[in-house]
Amino acid sequence: MYKNNGENLCRKCESEFFTPASFWRICFSGSQDASTDVNHLKETMAATKASKEQKYDRQLRLWGDHGQETLENAHVCLINATATGTEILKNLVLPGIGAFTIVDGHTVSGEDVGNNFFLSNNSIGKNRAQAATELLQELNSDVSGNFVEESPDKLLDNDPEFFHRFTIVIGVQLPESTCLRLGSVLWSASVPFLVCKTYGLIGYMRLAVQEHTVIESHPDNALEDLRLDQPFGEFKNHIQSYDLDSMDKKDHSHTPWIIIVAKYLEKWLSEHNGQPPKNYKDKEAFRQLIREGILKNENGVPEDEENFEEAIKNVNTALNPTKVPSAVEDLFNSEQCKNITSQTPDFWVMLRAVKEFVHNEGNGSLPVRGTIPDMIADSQKFINLQNVYREKAMQDAVAVLKHVECLLQSVGKPPESISEKDIKLFCKNASFLRVVRCRSLTEEYSVDSVNKDEITSCMDSPDSEMVFYLMLRAVDRFYQQHSRYPGVYNYQVEEDISKLKLCVNGLLQEYSLNVNIKDDYIHEFCRYGAAEPHTVAAFLGGSAAQEAIKIISHQFVPFSNTFIYNAMSQTSATLQL
Amino acid sequence: MDGKYNFTILKSTQFFINTTCLNPIFLSSSREKKRRRIEDLTEKMAVDGGHRDSGCDWDGRWNHVRKFLERPGPFTHPDFEPSTESLQFLLETCKILVIGAGGLGCELLKNLALSGFRLIHVVDMDTIDVSNLNRQFLFRPKDVGRPKAEVAADFINSRIPGCKVVPYPFHFKKIQDFDESFYRQFHIIVCGLDSIIARRWMNGMLISLLSYEDGVLDPSSIIPLIDGGTEGFKGNARVILPGMTACIDCTLELYPPQINFPMCTIASMPRLPEHCIEYARILQWPKEKPFGDTSLDGDNPEHIQWVFDRAQERAAEFNITGVTYRLTQGVVKRIIPAVASTNAVIAAACATEVFKIATSAYIPLNNYLVFNDVDGLYTYTFEAERKRITLPDREYCVYMFSRQMKSPAITTTLEGKNKTLYLQSVKSIEERTRPNLCKTLKELGLSDGQELAVADVTTPQTVLFKLNFTA
Repeated sequence: MYKNNGENLCRKCESEFFTPASFWRICFSGSQDASTDVNHLKETMAATKASKEQKYDRQLRLWGDHGQETLENAHVCLINATATGTEILKNLVLPGIGAFTIVDGHTVSGEDVGNNFFLSNNSIGKNRAQAATELLQELNSDVSGNFVEESPDKLLDNDPEFFHRFTIVIGVQLPESTCLRLGSVLWSASVPFLVCKTYGLIGYMRLAVQEHTVIESHPDNALEDLRLDQPFGEFKNHIQSYDLDSMDKKDHSHTPWIIIVAKYLEKWLSEHNGQPPKNYKDKEAFRQLIREGILKNENGVPEDEENFEEAIKNVNTALNPTKVPSAVEDLFNSEQCKNITSQTPDFWVMLRAVKEFVHNEGNGSLPVRGTIPDMIADSQKFINLQNVYREKAMQDAVAVLKHVECLLQSVGKPPESISEKDIKLFCKNASFLRVVRCRSLTEEYSVDSVNKDEITSCMDSPDSEMVFYLMLRAVDRFYQQHSRYPGVYNYQVEEDISKLKLCVNGLLQEYSLNVNIKDDYIHEFCRYGAAEPHTVAAFLGGSAAQEAIKIISHQFVPFSNTFIYNAMSQTSATLQL
Repeated sequence: MDGKYNFTILKSTQFFINTTCLNPIFLSSSREKKRRRIEDLTEKMAVDGGHRDSGCDWDGRWNHVRKFLERPGPFTHPDFEPSTESLQFLLETCKILVIGAGGLGCELLKNLALSGFRLIHVVDMDTIDVSNLNRQFLFRPKDVGRPKAEVAADFINSRIPGCKVVPYPFHFKKIQDFDESFYRQFHIIVCGLDSIIARRWMNGMLISLLSYEDGVLDPSSIIPLIDGGTEGFKGNARVILPGMTACIDCTLELYPPQINFPMCTIASMPRLPEHCIEYARILQWPKEKPFGDTSLDGDNPEHIQWVFDRAQERAAEFNITGVTYRLTQGVVKRIIPAVASTNAVIAAACATEVFKIATSAYIPLNNYLVFNDVDGLYTYTFEAERKRITLPDREYCVYMFSRQMKSPAITTTLEGKNKTLYLQSVKSIEERTRPNLCKTLKELGLSDGQELAVADVTTPQTVLFKLNFTA
């Protein structure tokens, strides 16, 4: 992957890192005077390095320095610098992606400038890729902006491999034929492809990525991993070191709730043939058992022991049985996990190692996560308990590391080719691993593999967001037949309604879809006349940029595979197509 | 979201939006008062000059917007009538106030300006910080230290010909420094704030502008409030029609509770790195006064470094790991993580709603949108419910005086003199009035029928309570 080293910025055009001997031009934006640029850059580079941490502080708290590094190494391709396109890029340039390249053969029109913040009225008549690159580049000097004054179709004709170099390609307002052509080129090259369209008050996004793995999915409400149902050796010993009955009042009321629950669970199990509380009634009885453990004063009134209150409150969480989440179990059973070769990506090697750990040292459980929530306790007791979990997590990670090394050796790779740090991160996130697989555009569009079930079941409610997907497909069909969009000029609106209706019916017939699309939607889409209102473009600009960041950073979970935004009602839906 | 849900929203929204159409072209005779207000404004604009000039427009400039204003459609607001005058209303008459020129504010200004709004005023008391640059795209490194509102307005006005963004950064004015007549001049107010107190104050201000005749709300006194908020990958956008739909105070429980650590934890049994940082900040700083009498400034790296060093010492003492400079800064400044993308999404939704209300082109959001893109892309649209109680004169939001004030000041009139019973914000008065807190009403000399005036930062209105002894 190309990495911007700053100096490159000042060498004008005809770059070395793009396929040479091509007839299209790739240009760097920026001033004509190369020497001022170099000096300016050297100064600012030193300053940026120091202030980068400050500048990106608010996002580093979300994806960390390692997430930022992936962004800074990424090269994003945008096709078509319409309002939607430049808004997406803006939200990638600001957080500091390494480089972008805009591909656009259009000339800037007055209409383009009307809804686009990154075109100005003196750029009317110029190439749109160039005009937008200049104003986008200006947002962030850390980013290298490039452009190609060519239509994607021409590039696909002459050198489809041009697109292979990018971390992700974002195609905006593409006609269906271009989209499908580009889609199949990118699919076979395993380059993620994000298709975006703003059409009137409807936003559309489609992600086409064969396989996207996520270690850090950052779940919002993750269950704790406390192992109260199957305490490991060191944890058992730790529990034994407490004797609630012989404690003084201060220690008693500063014992972490995990210990309290563990203690009373031991008692419960011994009184119930080793069966933990299962149903609501059991759990209530268990809570009562804990409640009885609260110290009483000389008058027999229970003391105010907040740690016991916490224990009672957390009974449900605490009794949650430790098991491998079904999503992770599914991954264990997938082909990639079963057949490790020298080509297997690190993710799957580590997953296989975790699987082997589960079946061996783990006794059916994932490596211990090693974190506990904050709870009422004195410092010493809390830290000691925390360390019990931490140390176990370390031991488990070492065991996984051994499996990783064996696997790597078995396929002839150096055992240290996956770092210990990566393995630890993987183990810590073992419960939250995610793999996103999208269907290809070809599958979606083929009559044989179209997801009819999803379409018809959504269309049981005729106002489902699915109707907008079908309308967009019908509009594409209209464009193919008439080489223009319906209702662009006022006088066309009425006559295009019937033409668009023909396209709707043609589409439904072609795919044998037995669904009904209300005439109102056909009218509404003619009314849109391919307008790209700025606020809808901006909504998509934000959402699409974040999806691109997820793809680039392998953190958080991308949508799969189609997203529809309806600005009329401010609703949205994710569809499987 | 399924279609059934949408349908109920549409139906119930129609009921109230019919009465709040702002566009003077569509005003019915019963809204004479509002028409007058708008005409006054239009005249004022004409006197101010400049705004009627469409000379800066170029061919095709408003094509994207026009399609929504000049064409009939099946999903428009029932009051909508296609017209070429609607665009003129946006360009020349409709006056919008944007509160906040930060992450949301920058986006809002751009979105509104590219949707045809030109008379935009922006209030922000803040100056630009380096950490704003990852998302507040109207600012550059050279602007650091300058007032946000001014830089943002200049940028928009120079990029978008004909746009007249008016900034209010001078004297770093807070929203509380403006009076009713200032707020009354706007058709719609959009908030991009990070403070719940400021939101509540703004909300209270707009509620205080409502006028009731015989207990019936005069719709022309309503100024719609569009409010956006973001935190990390989560955000919300909402439409508030003061007096008609759920307001900020009706839905306070939707805000996440602020995390505060108990003092005893910080002082004697720290467990988390945060506890160590708070120890240094709350207890060590005022005691050791490392930089003299100056209070801790989260933007001063030396101050943060001092807190960081102390926190590390304390953490080492208790074997606590994880104190970092970044965490220290985050805790001291109560930093909320922020990215460009979420701000873009929420500001876009807000601006769409401004456009809908200003043009009647569509029925506005009723009334709350939640967005989250941590796992996939998720939105949830629902109607937040009003919470109110009815008093003889009119209905009030229940929260307005029943709870959740921040630092109420209580005054009353005793023997013809104003007497402060309690006031928190001025240290000397707080100390003097603190003993009153444990007194009974009788001990305070208060009698049946006595009126207490309660003021709070969360509302511009002073709430009067009348004591009614029952036994």
